[in-house]
Amino acid sequence: MIMIKSVEQRYDIRLSGTGGQGLILVGIILAEAANLEGKYVVQTQSYGPEARGGASRAEVIISNSPIGFLMVEEADIFLALSPEAYTKYCYRVKPRGIIVVDEQVNPKLYLTKVNVFPIIRTAREDLGSEIAANIVALGVITVISGILNISSVEKALMARVPPHTIDLNLKALHKGCALGMERVKSEEVEKL
Amino acid sequence: MIRKLMQGNEACAEGAMKAGVDFFAGYPITPSTEIAEILSRRLPQAGGKFIQMEDEIASISAIIGASLTGFKTLTATSGPGFSLKQESIGFAIMTEIPCVIINVQRLGPSTGAPTLTSQGDVMQARWGTHGEHTIITLCPASVEEVYYLTIMAFNFSERFRTPVILLLDETIGHLRESIDLEKYDHIKILNRQKPWVSPDKYLPYATEAGEPPPMAPFGEGYRYHVTGLVHDESGFPCTGNHAAIDKLLKRLNNKIIAYLDEITLYQEVKTEDAEHLVIAYGAAARSAASAVALLRREGVRAGLLQLQTIWPFPEKLIYQKSLGKKTVLVPEMNLGQYAGEIKKVLKDKTLLVPISQIDGQLLQPRKIMAHLKGEEKHA
Amino acid sequence: MPKLFNVKKYLRMDKMPHIWCPGCGNGMVMSAFLRAVDTLQLNPDKVVVISGIGCSSRITGYLDFNTLHTTHGRPLAFATGIKLANPALEVIVITGDGDATAIGGNHFLHTCRRNVNITLIVINNRIYGMTGGQYSPLTPKGENAATAPYGNIEPELDMCKVAEAAGATLVARGGTSQPVLLEDLIIKAIENRGFSLVEVLSQCPVYYGRLNKKGNVVEMLKWQKENTVSVKDVNKLAPGALKGKVLTGVLAAHYRPEYTEEYEKIIKIAQGK
Repeated sequence: MIMIKSVEQRYDIRLSGTGGQGLILVGIILAEAANLEGKYVVQTQSYGPEARGGASRAEVIISNSPIGFLMVEEADIFLALSPEAYTKYCYRVKPRGIIVVDEQVNPKLYLTKVNVFPIIRTAREDLGSEIAANIVALGVITVISGILNISSVEKALMARVPPHTIDLNLKALHKGCALGMERVKSEEVEKL
Repeated sequence: MIRKLMQGNEACAEGAMKAGVDFFAGYPITPSTEIAEILSRRLPQAGGKFIQMEDEIASISAIIGASLTGFKTLTATSGPGFSLKQESIGFAIMTEIPCVIINVQRLGPSTGAPTLTSQGDVMQARWGTHGEHTIITLCPASVEEVYYLTIMAFNFSERFRTPVILLLDETIGHLRESIDLEKYDHIKILNRQKPWVSPDKYLPYATEAGEPPPMAPFGEGYRYHVTGLVHDESGFPCTGNHAAIDKLLKRLNNKIIAYLDEITLYQEVKTEDAEHLVIAYGAAARSAASAVALLRREGVRAGLLQLQTIWPFPEKLIYQKSLGKKTVLVPEMNLGQYAGEIKKVLKDKTLLVPISQIDGQLLQPRKIMAHLKGEEKHA
Repeated sequence: MPKLFNVKKYLRMDKMPHIWCPGCGNGMVMSAFLRAVDTLQLNPDKVVVISGIGCSSRITGYLDFNTLHTTHGRPLAFATGIKLANPALEVIVITGDGDATAIGGNHFLHTCRRNVNITLIVINNRIYGMTGGQYSPLTPKGENAATAPYGNIEPELDMCKVAEAAGATLVARGGTSQPVLLEDLIIKAIENRGFSLVEVLSQCPVYYGRLNKKGNVVEMLKWQKENTVSVKDVNKLAPGALKGKVLTGVLAAHYRPEYTEEYEKIIKIAQGK
């Protein structure tokens, strides 16, 4: 049973994009990393009937105490890797929540302050593989949110991806971290 | 203590392995399929057997057959498949063949919404098969509870010679959460009682002191008859003997009801001093836990009774825990299937508030809290 | 002349008299089955007989083996569970045409396909007897039944052809009018390491016979004799003489890997042996 002693101090993270972009994997890695750090964590997902394409959403809740309600309603951290995902979920972010979007999302859609990153372009141009975009995004949000240590995310990543892809994925993670770090240093992002 | 991140359906497969499952038969259906996928890999590693059958009915039939050879058996399904399995669940009840049926509930009726959560099968678990009968149904609210209650489902099934239903919901089945497997190492794994008499003296349905009858596996020299027809102690049909029919049906009920205290598993949070008691099960209990914590912060004396065993109905427990409460709130992802049962216990002494959400989303804590808004605040 | 042996040692004599009507073919099939068991000297402790629902499915109550009287249409699914769990058991399913090919049609196809080492004996009386004479998938077109008062418009199923196409490794047809052949076919079916079907042409004088004016049991058996042709004699017949005749004997025999043996290999792979 979930013995909730007091009201939870929790971070609600919503990761969204197109089916096949690997957002559920990002959710699992974040959850694994939180687990490695001894935090309470739950990860859920929602998906349509498509294995590829369609809207995809993964959610992670990280807390210092047992977690009750298992859904993310208003996110503390919201990632959108596609314009559709941004449009669908941008209303459901807390007032002080952090929004991270790929540059492909049309700026005309922005409702509030968003943090735009060349996530997909970085994966394509620097890593030669667009499918690594999810891990670039993982790096970005790890740094920007500051909830988890990069070392535990690295460890969780290495345990979850196929062995022959570890190098590429670590590179992607570090690229993402670097993108995030630049932004944090310029103090454009208010840390949680 | 090593906490491992695990999905609910995965914890179910691991719990089954821990309980000593030997045989799984199933048919692919969302959102339960992971259980079959994992066991197709795990079972042969342990020398067990896995088979994907041609349909849901074949799956439950196969596990009942395999159980008759002495195996611990399991099938997993969701709403539409659970409906199809009902006749054979009745067969397992009538013939007293242990087996475990997992139903990862999805939104129905019909095809409904395969990937959306629901608690719509609570009454189907209780009354899905025809005829007067009693069934054990367990309902986990966390990944850790999935593991624990899967072990308990096997234990109850073996102990009472009866099918046991484990009712998950899509939220819990697909939830990833950390779990400490070693925490449950102390649970004693129960195995069905074999006969101690020689084959010539064996009466397959003869009982002593209300205990379930010992069960001989097929192939070990105890040649006997198993039928879904009403039968006497010898196992042969007794359709013309009304006294024997009465005795059989009452015994099938009593062998479970007599052990209701042992079967009733539950957890509670701050129920002692609570003015308002929330009674919940499954994923909705997690929402209730949040609601109770938030209400307490606001000074409302709320408490939670989380039922892990929902059937047979824990009437005494609910009566005792509700005694003196101002309100009993029952949040469910159906239109009050369980609240209706609780109402029968409370009669009109305590205000019963059923709280429903059937839109395919997890029940929200604020729905529970809204009912207590304006309540007198206590320091 | 069928062989003589002590049939009582395989029967639960205290469960007699049986429920079958006078003239029913079920007892004849039971007798042929028990002669086969005796000839093969099977250990009764290791024999499991499984039936579905219907008149013929009551057979399990009378046989002194491990017996399982299941739900309607599902005996093959129960049998698959038992055989896969314990391949050392000799698993035999005895059921009727409605149980095997209508409500149990899906299990019939897939048990053939998997080639599980199970012997299926279908007692085909061309009608649902227990419920009072409704038409089954084996009721010939044009015949009458309790639910076909104006004649049956559905064509009948050739379960032997279906079984062969679906992958059964031994397919045979016999009849109650040929007890020696029937015993021999059941022996071959039990000996086959794979899924075997023995379709048994049988008679239901009370419903099928009466509703279709087929006469008494003797006349029904005579009809059966006159309208069946052994597969061995097919080449000897004049062209066109086969029309309207039913073939008996071993209709198909193939070798294919048996399911439970294949699964043992899976266990070895999974265990890294």
